[in-house]
Amino acid sequence: MKILVPVKRVVDYNVKVRVKADGTGVETAGVKMSMNPFDEIAVEEAVRLKEKGAATEIVAISMGVAACAETIRTALAMGADRGILVETNVELQPLAVAKLLKAIAAKEEPGLIILGKQAIDDDMSATGQMLAALLGWAQGTFASKVTVDGANLIVTREVDGGLETVQLTLPAIVTTDLRLNEPRYASLPNIMKARKKPIETIKPEDLGVDPTPRLTTLKVAEPPKRLAGVKVKSVAELVDKLRNEAKVI
Amino acid sequence: MTALVLLDHENGAIKQPSRSAVAAAAGLGEVHVLVAGSGVAAAAAAALPGVAKVILADAPAYAHALAEPLAALLIALAPGYTHLLAATTANGKNVMPRVAALLDSQPISDIAAVIDADTFIRPIYAGNALATVKSSDAKKVITVRAASFDPVPATGGAAPIEAAPAVDCPSLSSFVSSELSKSERPELTAARVVISGGRGMQNGENFKLLEPIADKLGAAVGASRAAVDAGFVPNDYQVGQTGKIVAPELYLAIGISGAIQHLAGMKDSKVIVAINKDEEAPIFQVADYGLVADLFVALPELAAELERT
Repeated sequence: MKILVPVKRVVDYNVKVRVKADGTGVETAGVKMSMNPFDEIAVEEAVRLKEKGAATEIVAISMGVAACAETIRTALAMGADRGILVETNVELQPLAVAKLLKAIAAKEEPGLIILGKQAIDDDMSATGQMLAALLGWAQGTFASKVTVDGANLIVTREVDGGLETVQLTLPAIVTTDLRLNEPRYASLPNIMKARKKPIETIKPEDLGVDPTPRLTTLKVAEPPKRLAGVKVKSVAELVDKLRNEAKVI
Repeated sequence: MTALVLLDHENGAIKQPSRSAVAAAAGLGEVHVLVAGSGVAAAAAAALPGVAKVILADAPAYAHALAEPLAALLIALAPGYTHLLAATTANGKNVMPRVAALLDSQPISDIAAVIDADTFIRPIYAGNALATVKSSDAKKVITVRAASFDPVPATGGAAPIEAAPAVDCPSLSSFVSSELSKSERPELTAARVVISGGRGMQNGENFKLLEPIADKLGAAVGASRAAVDAGFVPNDYQVGQTGKIVAPELYLAIGISGAIQHLAGMKDSKVIVAINKDEEAPIFQVADYGLVADLFVALPELAAELERT
């Protein structure tokens, strides 16, 4: 079974993002970029399935500016076999990404596509579900456990208030939640090996997809700041304030 | 303009985040709601104020709210609506993007405000920025950040109930089992008071120190990601950008330093209390009332003080 793993290049998890003064977006110039953390979990899961013998090939896909090739290299160093870069300077939103992935899936015919449950930049949490819809496949979102069982996939999902397990007919879509696994660090030899792995570069036009965004960002602003209140000296004072000042207990 | 809201329910009882989604939809036009389940009653949905019509889809396929049949149902109903909404819950996030793709529409996830029929405000970068976005799609598919909209009351309305048409959906997935945390306490996202523990709790056993206080205040118990990652408590306790977003009247942060990712999940709370022995902890920058103290001393004191009434 072949597995596709889309990986997104985003502002690094540890960077404190700043809204641009002109309100057009957040500052990305000179900011450290990394693979979306949920996508790292997706790559790791694919590699583990391959190590267990449940998968034969892993293809990492990224979309966007030429620098997304670095994100693919990271996936290759973790254990993906080859990469596909869909290169464009157009802002890609989940609908366009799902359409591009559908076109790639038609060519690659994977048995499973594993995606991060959301990207930590736009926080849309949509691409996996949309791709499942466009392909007419089953979806196992927010997965904390994935097991291949013959022609089916057993997925345990993180839902409100606990866990839910579903059985999906393959081919299927999985989106990863935090506890699915702990992604490995690429070893130096694997980073060296990854340099020799192939990355194919294509354009959205090659896939017959119009990536024009449907959402226009009119403004990006800082959220209202919450001001620090007072320090109380004792538990008794705290309870008194909550009772008689804030009146919340 | 007419909006259709997919309701999250438990045997027909409407979950609070969905009542917030109804409140958001009220800003868009006439509101219809959809209750899908197996052997489910629509009376609670009909009682929501401001709802003009309830659509009841009662079929075995909807018993476990699987995304595939629910999306097919929403697609069948979509021609009558300009906006399709659900709360940003596990269910809403699972279903709505699938619906959007089939309508060739870019979903608008987790809206925090409605500006007009096409324009919405939504948080990005874990709530560190707010984007105002305008959709050019004919049909808008939206999930609603429950903490940003006051829920409509649970009763007061009397909407007519109509049966949904039967919709075919190829069987792609099936429910196997569920393992829900059993608790006498309110759900995190619906609680009036939330008390959360962080890494400072040191272990899972110590979370018991929160219980007498939670009992007294009728509070839900939550945790920071650090406490969850350390294995003190299960994942569904997690309050934060990648966990639950809460906005209770009172939020007590105990032994929580206040990482950005945690603040993103609770900073819309009305009153925030922080107890932490590190007076430099960032949580104090957002707390209305801060107490610099050893939580192992302060928690029993707090429980005793509340007991004294």
